[in-house]
Amino acid sequence: MTAENLHKIDTSKLDEIIAQYEGKKSNLIAILQKVQEVYRYLPEDAMIYIGTKMEGLSPATVFGVATFYAQFSLEPKGKFEIKVCDGTACHVRGSMPVLNAIKARLDLTDGKMTTNDGLFSLETVSCLGACGLAPVVVVNGKVYPQMTSDAIKIVLDTLLKEEA
Amino acid sequence: MEKTVLNIDIAAEQKRALDDIKQQGLRVLVCAGTGCVANGSLKVIEKFKELGADVSVLTDYDKMTIVPTGCHGFCEQGVLVVIPDKHVTYVKVKESDVEEIYESHIRNNKPVERLLYVDPKTHEHVMDDEHINFYAKQTRTALANCGNINAENIDEAIAVGGYEALAKVLIENNPDGVIETIQKSGLRGRGGGGFPTGNKWKFTAANRGGKSYVVCNGDEGDPGAFMDRSVMEGDPHKLLEGIAIAAFAVGADEAYIYVRAEYPLAIKRLRKAIADAEARHFLGDKIMGSDFNLTIHIKEGAGAFVCGEETALIASIEGERGMPRPKPPFPANKGLFGRPTLINNVETLANVPVIIRKGADWFSSMGTETSKGTKTFALTGEVNNTGLIEVPMGTTLREIVFDIGGGIRGGKKFKAVQIGGPSGGCLTEEHLDLPMDYDSLIKAGAMVGSGGLVVMAEDTCIVEVARFFMNFTQNESCGKCVPCREGTKNMLRILEKIVAGKGEMKDLETLEELAKSVKDGSLCGLGKTAPNPVLSTLKYFRDEYIAHIKDKKCPAGVCTAMKKIVIVPELCKGCTKCARNCPVEAISGTVKQPHKIDQSKCIKCEACLTNCPFKAIVLE
Repeated sequence: MTAENLHKIDTSKLDEIIAQYEGKKSNLIAILQKVQEVYRYLPEDAMIYIGTKMEGLSPATVFGVATFYAQFSLEPKGKFEIKVCDGTACHVRGSMPVLNAIKARLDLTDGKMTTNDGLFSLETVSCLGACGLAPVVVVNGKVYPQMTSDAIKIVLDTLLKEEA
Repeated sequence: MEKTVLNIDIAAEQKRALDDIKQQGLRVLVCAGTGCVANGSLKVIEKFKELGADVSVLTDYDKMTIVPTGCHGFCEQGVLVVIPDKHVTYVKVKESDVEEIYESHIRNNKPVERLLYVDPKTHEHVMDDEHINFYAKQTRTALANCGNINAENIDEAIAVGGYEALAKVLIENNPDGVIETIQKSGLRGRGGGGFPTGNKWKFTAANRGGKSYVVCNGDEGDPGAFMDRSVMEGDPHKLLEGIAIAAFAVGADEAYIYVRAEYPLAIKRLRKAIADAEARHFLGDKIMGSDFNLTIHIKEGAGAFVCGEETALIASIEGERGMPRPKPPFPANKGLFGRPTLINNVETLANVPVIIRKGADWFSSMGTETSKGTKTFALTGEVNNTGLIEVPMGTTLREIVFDIGGGIRGGKKFKAVQIGGPSGGCLTEEHLDLPMDYDSLIKAGAMVGSGGLVVMAEDTCIVEVARFFMNFTQNESCGKCVPCREGTKNMLRILEKIVAGKGEMKDLETLEELAKSVKDGSLCGLGKTAPNPVLSTLKYFRDEYIAHIKDKKCPAGVCTAMKKIVIVPELCKGCTKCARNCPVEAISGTVKQPHKIDQSKCIKCEACLTNCPFKAIVLE
């Protein structure tokens, strides 16, 4: 890590988060969740800083934890995080056509799940526990129940219009 | 053992809480669980509050109180509004309906018929829960209060008996007696394993004296199950009370609730419940004036199915990669931070207070010989009534799917039920009269698991479902054991090959061989059970696999690889939209004339199908 890289992230913010969790190793997941809340992803430099600064950790351990859990993203997420539930109930009731409709509308493919303008990112999650409303899509925490490929297009268009 | 004198009289607290509820006048219960909130229940609540502000217009009551409750379980019919005094349950209520309910029913005693539940069989309007089959056939104990009380108000929990059991065990001051009661009740782990809960407590209690922990497993990772979410959201105090009783019994003074991050509302309500309980001295130091101390922490998961396994969950609480550890040592001897740890699932612990209050005999009078009490099931998929249910152990699949679930939607034919999620198996028509209990299901090659029940109809492709589950477990395999990591990957590859119409008959043998290796060569439950969906579907629906391989046909008509996308000439208006959208230029035709798809070029991306404004493009 070069000194130049460190300028890109605000280490005082990281210190604040670490202190909030008493610098405890057992709070690493919670610390990373907070960092992701701030940056919308886990910047490499932030992980290196935490791994070096906190006792009992190394950058490799932090990276290991960050890559283990599905919630953590090493790539920047979009301003609107779209989660398509592909739990069993949603799958049986047609979550895949909804996912495909989103991909088509936002021009996303399996390897590329964030739009060029950084506005939307797309992922599938396995069960949000709202199975009675299947299929479900969540955008920035808001649950959209009983989605169809037509309905999700209206949702996306509304979001796009608000942004324009 | 000498009894403890408490400085809190729970009976008096309960009386006061009940009096408070009487003061509320007409109670209007509006569901504020995850499902109903998604359907707009917060707006419904606001509207009711706005209307109820003017109390002078109410005739029979001097006041109206709007109670946001936890999940009623009947999520698909949300927003649910229940007015107990009027014996009515309204379904699919929108903000715009509130005024009518208020004017017509609350003020003038005339029910709003159009908002009543319609029975899918008789097509009649049904007034209340007692007459809605979905509820009438249930026995609710773990879920008893979900939907009936304000989950964010500790007094409402106290009014329905909350913390009474905790006070009882503290007064009697006999931890071994508590463990005996739980053993005698026959309660078994509700998270999937079905291990006798009392025995687990006893093993942990054997290490009393030093530091030990209680961990509540709320990492409900099984896709298609949401009972733990409902308990945490709808009745958090019952869970806290169960944890406190368990901690008292095994001699722990610190507890963790591990909740998956996908459940933000559950986390929020639990945090509030813990703070409220501490303020009342039901948690914290010197609980109710006794010598018992307990601090409960909440740990948020970060999205890993394998963390539902107890040793992986412990690793995750410690801030590490959630990978399972070999057992023994069992957590009861060496668990969290190397100390003796009792791990129970949310639903298991939610059953504890009522067992203490009503006794082991009451609990064991429900259920079957070896599976006592009730079990919650998340009934989803192709049934008319989807939602969360609780029935005595031993209820048949037929009663669940056809009586409570109201049968298959759209008049389709029943095909199978996947029980126990990605670790479970499927049950077919021949199992409809099978009693749902731990042992009968194991015999049938399935498992209760956490209680996810996904109903599939004739148009669900069973091979595709097996592929779906394998994809899930392959994604979630932590990678520690090679047979699980590599075996699931290869099984998935074969299944993908079959649904793509490129399978060979020898693939089926390879699948079975791999399944055996994965089962035998894995450390934890994830790997040991990962091949179950494939094995049970191969057992009951081998024909369908063979149809995919030999005839290159998907009998359910699901697998797109075996279908053609065609344009119906009668419906096509020749707008050219499909031709413009096609990425491989497989569509040709002139303006205002029906178009055609060149099957040799088509990659079946469905771009044309989803974009056709006249619905003239179909799969066949």
